[in-house]
Amino acid sequence: MQLELSAEDAAFRDEMRAFFTTEVPEDIRDAVAGRRELTKEQVVRSQRTLNAAGIAVPHWPVEWGGRDWSALRRHIWHEEMQRACVPPPLAFNASMVGPVIATFGNREQKERFLAKTANLDIWWSQGFSEPDAGSDLASLRTTAVRDGDHYVINGQKTWTTLGQHGDWIFCLVRTDPTVKKQAGISFLLVDMTSPGVTVRPIELIDGGHEVNEVWFSDVRVPAENLVGEENKGWDYAKFLLGNERVGVAPVGATKRVLAQAKEWARSVPTGEGTTLLDDPLTAARVAELENQLLALELTALRVVANSADGKPHPASSVLKLRGTELQQAVSELVLDLAGPDSLASGAGDSSALADWARRSAPVYLNLRKASIYGGSNEVQRQIIARTILGL
Amino acid sequence: MDFTHDDEQQALGEAVRGLLARSYADFENRRRTVADEPGFDEKTWARLAEMGVLGLPFAEEYGGMGAGPVEVGVVAQELGRVLAPEPFLASVVLAGGVVAAAGTAQQKAAVLGDLASGASVLAFAHAEPGARWVPSAAGVTAAESADGWTLSGVKEPVPHGARADLLVVSAAVPGSGTGLFLVSPGATGLARDGYRTFDGGRAARVAFDATPAVPLGEAGTDRTSTVAGVLDGARIAACNEALGAMEVALSTTSGYLKTRKQFGVPLSTFQSLTFRAADMYVSLEMARSVTLWATMVLAAASDGGPDENREVADAASRAALQVSRAGRHIGQEAVQLHGGIAMTAEYSVGSYTSHLTALDHLLGDGGFHLARLAAAVGGHGEVDPLP
Ligand SMILES: Cc1cc2nc3c(=O)[nH]c(=O)nc-3n(C[C@H](O)[C@H](O)[C@H](O)COP(=O)(O)OP(=O)(O)OC[C@H]3O[C@@H](n4cnc5c(N)ncnc54)[C@H](O)[C@@H]3O)c2cc1C
Repeated sequence: MQLELSAEDAAFRDEMRAFFTTEVPEDIRDAVAGRRELTKEQVVRSQRTLNAAGIAVPHWPVEWGGRDWSALRRHIWHEEMQRACVPPPLAFNASMVGPVIATFGNREQKERFLAKTANLDIWWSQGFSEPDAGSDLASLRTTAVRDGDHYVINGQKTWTTLGQHGDWIFCLVRTDPTVKKQAGISFLLVDMTSPGVTVRPIELIDGGHEVNEVWFSDVRVPAENLVGEENKGWDYAKFLLGNERVGVAPVGATKRVLAQAKEWARSVPTGEGTTLLDDPLTAARVAELENQLLALELTALRVVANSADGKPHPASSVLKLRGTELQQAVSELVLDLAGPDSLASGAGDSSALADWARRSAPVYLNLRKASIYGGSNEVQRQIIARTILGL
Repeated sequence: MDFTHDDEQQALGEAVRGLLARSYADFENRRRTVADEPGFDEKTWARLAEMGVLGLPFAEEYGGMGAGPVEVGVVAQELGRVLAPEPFLASVVLAGGVVAAAGTAQQKAAVLGDLASGASVLAFAHAEPGARWVPSAAGVTAAESADGWTLSGVKEPVPHGARADLLVVSAAVPGSGTGLFLVSPGATGLARDGYRTFDGGRAARVAFDATPAVPLGEAGTDRTSTVAGVLDGARIAACNEALGAMEVALSTTSGYLKTRKQFGVPLSTFQSLTFRAADMYVSLEMARSVTLWATMVLAAASDGGPDENREVADAASRAALQVSRAGRHIGQEAVQLHGGIAMTAEYSVGSYTSHLTALDHLLGDGGFHLARLAAAVGGHGEVDPLP
C-alpha cells in the first residue's frame, strides 16, 4: 500500500492542472462555476481546445487520438478538468459513439468519423430510448428495413439530449422482429439532416430545453452507416452503456460545488457577525457530505488504481449510484442555503438576490435526472445485487 | 377529540374542489395559465370570491365569512391538490392576515372588503435580501415627515408583488421596531419587477424610494409579534396546501406504477418500487397527522396571549418540519419512480415536486424549523399534543 502518487503521476497532475486553469477560456469556466447552461458554441470551443492539445479523447485507441494512459491518469485528467470548471468533452462523442466506432466500426467509418468526432466537428446525439423502451431498452420498436443499399427507418426516439444541436444521431433500431428482442437490434449512424427526421423539443421541469423527441418517417440511411454486424447492435450498446456508467459520476464537480457552497454559506448573514456556515445544522450537513464524498473519491481511486486490464470494475455501479445521490444531495444543500432567495429563479439582473441562489432551484430540479438516466439507480442496484452479490 | 372535518367543512372542500376542477381538472390548463400573465386565472379568482373563499377567515363585519383555520386548511388542501396558482396563501392568508391583525376597523372594512369581493389582490411585501424568514424588517425603513410616512429600501422575493393592487409592507421604524404600512401601486418611487418562480408562481422585486405609505393600524407600534403570528398561521395553511399536493403526487405515482409497463409487466410487479411507494404513504400520513393537529392548535388559540403564541409557533414548526421532510421525500420519489416522464413540464408530477420545493422555501424550510425546535428542547419534558 502506498498513498502518494508516483513522481511521474504527480507531475502529470500538475501538468493537467496548469493546462485546464490556463488554456481553457475563462468565459466557459465562469459559466460552469456559475452553474449556468453552456451555449453550443462554448461546448464546441472547449472541446476543441482540449483536442488541439491532444487530450479530448485520451481513452480512445492511440491511432485515433487516444493517449494510452493508465486508468489512474485518466482519472486524474477527469478530476482536474472538473475541478477547474472545464466541461468534460461531449459524452455522446467522446465516451459513447467514438469508442463504439473505434472498436466495432470498419476502417472507412473510422476515417470518416473519428477525427471529426474528437474535434466536435460532428455533434452526436444518442438515439436509444423510446417512449416504451426506457429501462427495458431492448424492447425498442423503431424499425430499419433493408431496401437495396439503404435502410429505411420508421419510429420515434425520445429524451434525446441536446438533439437540437445534433448533426448526427447514433441509433439502436430493430432489423429483425422475428427473433429474441436483443438479437434483432442494429447500431446505425444517421445524418440528422436526412429527409424524414423531425426533432421536437421537450420542456423539462426546470423550464429548460435540453431533451427532444426525434421522429423518423421513411428515413433512408445508406447501408454503409451500419456499425459492425447487422443484429449485433445490442452487444455494442452494452459496451457503450458500460462506458457511460463510468464517466457519469462527477466526483470532482460535486466536490467543487460543495466547496463553493461553503463560500456561499459564508456570504449569508444570520446575525451579528455570524453566517450560515456557523450554523451547527448547516455545518454538520456539510461535514457529512464531505465525508461521503471522500469515501466516494477513495472508492473511485481504488477502482482505477486496480483496473489494469481496462475492464470496468464491478464497483463502478457503486460510483454511479452513490455519485449521483451525492450530486443531488449537494444541489439540495445549495437550495437550502439559498432559502427564500431560491424562489427568485426567474428574476433578471435587476434582482437584489445572489445569482447562485437564483440558480439553485432549477439546478436542484434538473439534477433529479441524474438518478434516472445512464442506467437508473434501481438498475444499478440490480447490477450490484446480481453480478456482485450473486443474488 | 376529532380529526375529521364536519359536514359543513366537507361541503366547503367539495365545493372548492368542484370550482377548481372547472379550471384545472386538465393539467394542461394549469400549465397554460402559469405560462401567461399574471400567472393565475382571474376568472377562477373571481369565482373563489363569489363562493366567499377570499373572505373566509375574516370577520363578517369586514365582508368576510368568519371561518377559522380549519376551513382555511380545507381550502388550502384543495388548492394544493390541483396546484392552483391563485394567490390564496399570499393574498388572503398572508397579506389579508396581516391587515386583519393590525388594521384599524376602517382599514379592515375597506381592504378586506375589496379582497373578499375579488376587487383587489393583496401582496405581503416582507422578505428582504439577506433575511431568512424572520418576522422583523430591516432593509426597508420608514420615515415620518410633515406630509406623512415614506418607505425606502428593497423587498424580494414578494409573492405576487407585481400583480397586486395593494401592497402590505413591513418596515423598520426608527425607535419602534417593525411597523406595517399600505402602499398603493401608483405611489411615487415604487418600482416592481415581476418574474416567474420555478414552480410557475409569481414573485417580484419591489423597491421603495421615499414612497408614500399609510401606516396599518396605529403608527409607532412594534408589529414584530403580529407578523410572527401571521407567518405561523400561514405556515400551517402552507402545510395543508402541501398535504393536498403530496396526496396527489402519491396517487399519481401509484397509478403510474400500475399502468407503465417495462419488461412486459407493470412496474408495480417490482417490489423494490412498490415498497418505496408504501414509504411515501407513511411519510404522507405522518405529515397529515401533525398538520391536522397544528391546524387544531391554531383554531383553539383565541386570546393571542404570549403563551398561546408560543404554542402556535411550536405547532407550526413541528408541522412545517414534518411536511418539509415528507414533501422532499414524496417529491423526489415521485420523480424517481416515474422515470424520465416526470422530468417533463408536460406531465403533471414534476410540477408537484417543484411546487412542494417552493412551498418549503417560502416561509421556512425543515432546517429552519428544526433549529427553532432544537433551541427549545431544554424547556420541556415530554411533548404532549393534547391540551
Ligand atoms: C434528462 C434526461 C436525458 C436523457 N438523455 C437521453 C439521451 O440523450 N438518449 C437516450 O437514448 N436516452 C436518454 N435518456 C433516457 C434515459 O436513459 C431513460 O429515462 C432511462 O433509461 C429510464 O427509462 P424511463 O424513463 O422510460 O423509465 P422506466 O424504465 O419506465 O422506469 C420507471 C421507474 O421504474 C424503475 N424500474 C424500471 N424497471 C425496473 C426493474 N426491473 N426493477 C426495478 N425498478 C425498475 C426505474 O428505475 C424508474 O425508477 C434521458 C433521460 C432523461 C431524464
